Amino acid sequence: MRDRTPHTSPPAPSRRRLLRGTLSLGAVAASAAALGGCDSTLAQGFTGGSPTPDRLNFWNPFTGGDGERLLAMQAAYRAGHRKTDLKSATFVWGNPYYTKLTLATLGDRPPQVAISHLSKVPTLAEAGLLAEIQPSDLARHGLTEDKFDPRPWKKSQLDGKLYAIPLDTHPFVLYFRTDIAEKAGLLDGKGRLTDVDGPDAFIDALRAAKEVTGQWGGSIASVKDASTQFRLFWSFYRQISGGDLVADQGRKVVIDTEAAAEALAYIRRLTQERVVPTTTDGPGAITMLTTGKAGFLMDGVWQVLTVQGSKVKFDMRPLPRIFDDAPYACAADSHSLVLPKAPSESAQRLDLSLGFVASLLGSSKLWAEGGHIPAWLPTQRTASYRALEPQSHYAAAADGAAYDPAAWYGGAGSSLQIVIGDAVTSVFTGAGSPTAGAARMKRELRELASRTSPV
Amino acid sequence: MATTTAPTKAPGRGDRWAGPGMLLPFSLFYLLFLVGPLIYTVVAGFFDTSLLKSGLGDFAGLSNYSAVLGDSEFWRTLKNTLWFTVLTTVPLVLLSLTLAILADRFVRGRWFFRFAFFAPFVLPSAVVALMFTFIYADQVGLAQQAATWVGVDTPPSWLGDPDWAMISIAAATVWWTLGFNFVLYLAGLQDIPRSVHEAAAIDGAGPWQRIRHVVVPMLGRTTTLVTVLQVVASLKVFDQIYMLTNGGPDGSTRSSLQLIYDTGFVEGRVGYASTVSLLLFVVILLVSLVWFALVRRAEKER
Repeated sequence: MRDRTPHTSPPAPSRRRLLRGTLSLGAVAASAAALGGCDSTLAQGFTGGSPTPDRLNFWNPFTGGDGERLLAMQAAYRAGHRKTDLKSATFVWGNPYYTKLTLATLGDRPPQVAISHLSKVPTLAEAGLLAEIQPSDLARHGLTEDKFDPRPWKKSQLDGKLYAIPLDTHPFVLYFRTDIAEKAGLLDGKGRLTDVDGPDAFIDALRAAKEVTGQWGGSIASVKDASTQFRLFWSFYRQISGGDLVADQGRKVVIDTEAAAEALAYIRRLTQERVVPTTTDGPGAITMLTTGKAGFLMDGVWQVLTVQGSKVKFDMRPLPRIFDDAPYACAADSHSLVLPKAPSESAQRLDLSLGFVASLLGSSKLWAEGGHIPAWLPTQRTASYRALEPQSHYAAAADGAAYDPAAWYGGAGSSLQIVIGDAVTSVFTGAGSPTAGAARMKRELRELASRTSPV
Repeated sequence: MATTTAPTKAPGRGDRWAGPGMLLPFSLFYLLFLVGPLIYTVVAGFFDTSLLKSGLGDFAGLSNYSAVLGDSEFWRTLKNTLWFTVLTTVPLVLLSLTLAILADRFVRGRWFFRFAFFAPFVLPSAVVALMFTFIYADQVGLAQQAATWVGVDTPPSWLGDPDWAMISIAAATVWWTLGFNFVLYLAGLQDIPRSVHEAAAIDGAGPWQRIRHVVVPMLGRTTTLVTVLQVVASLKVFDQIYMLTNGGPDGSTRSSLQLIYDTGFVEGRVGYASTVSLLLFVVILLVSLVWFALVRRAEKER
């Protein structure tokens, strides 16, 4: 470079030369990144090229306990596939994750495999963001329909076509302190909870626990947690009517307001009879169980590690059957593995992707320890899973799994959960009557259904 | 007039481009990340743009605008945002003025008060949200405990009661952002010459009279600046509300910006969200203009 020869004047480099030098340095750095860094995900994002053939990009929203278990499952895959370069990226759970997944797929840079809630799969599939999975391709990797729990398997399809491979079912369940339940006389000889099914029996059990704790019978998140309130309502509503809230991917409102009012009236009873406190946030509800201020907790199975970490004696069972007008139901969702639609077959890398999916399913036992009920029957039926406590005690809840209403504004963390959850909270705290709450739900659902669908 | 100036070197060819050249890097970023998205927002507002599909989507004409203006949720979030603005701007201006005057009167240990009032401002919103989640927690939180100590039997659920949630968030915001206005006022106070104080003292004005008739009027310009900055910042509130209540309970703390976030990113209706953000932009512009007009008129009358 000609700047290398020492100049007599000016003694200090001029501003312009400094600028030019910086720019050329930057250009060199950029071209070096482009040439030498073909396999870097960043360079690939800029240039738009496909990753190298042995690269497998995997996106997931798992942190905390779930994240740790996933790392172990990935380690198992890496041990068996040394040639594959598995790049796993973890994003913040919820809407930020789905926004990134959507934008990456639209921009032709999708990961080869990604995690999706089954409640989100219909919308993603309808928008054309997911690759359809052929049963013959799955069979090549030993993944056949008979090896999957039928409920999540069915939910993985849209119009008879398969768009996801289910990993688990995670229902809304009942946690209870065995020491408190025993003092309250609620346990049978085998240590199982008796007589909590039915509207009065459940409240009686909560009241008995309240007498032992001296504070509350049970707890549930109601502050800042529309999703939990939605799950409580959705479980009871499905037990009464068995029907849905909306139909036709959310374009039609079919809520049965009588059944909704009945479910809400029961939810109101929990706080009116003062067996459950009206204002508790998510972590608070768990703390009340672990510190013995409440004997029961209604929450999702994914909290099992948190409760286990507190070293108290507890057990779990499916959410009680309060109403028996329809088959047993409890709010649930599933994690599944999806193949976002890639711009080309070489970028999709179908067999590499499916091999990874098969490996993750093979590690289902690890996943089950985090509370999720495995969808992979070869694991669900093993003796070692059945011996897993308390995880196996609520496995039956998967049979009553009621997924979120299929709608473009529905699914995990959606507008539907917030709108319905807020209406439930207002009844739960006593701010509104059950009939007013049901009417409000219908009004709000109609409002959502009237909007222009982004799909 | 300038006949006797020494002849300067004629500007070189390169120097003519020095000014624009210096501006270029910033202008590029300005065009790319501010003007570009703004144009896209205006255009997207006339289409049913979706996050789930590429391209602009179907042409919608003015239907997004009529839908937003007829949407009760839009008006409710705007009302919430204005309520938050009132709840924060008034104490943030008055308190920071008071505290700045008080802190300025200390000669020894002044640095400590400056530090103490400014310190919270450097905390990231996530840290503030986390702290106040614990403080406002139900059953186990500090704020409920404190209320029982002063004799309130059943303290409200600070973040769980629709009547209290916004007030609680505003209180946390005041504590957190007071430092910025405080520093602006301190700078304004130092611009008041000592001689003015002395003259007022010689004329027999006591400390309180000096504050009322000398200090506060002379801080007029600072107050205008502080108020406008604060109003604009409060109208754009998002992060602490999103983290503390996520707009609940029952939508009572949902801000306009969260409505934009929810419709744009949660529901994927980018066209509608663009329309809402443009309307919010107009509201902020109007509020600032009205405020400046009022201040200008008041200054002329004086």
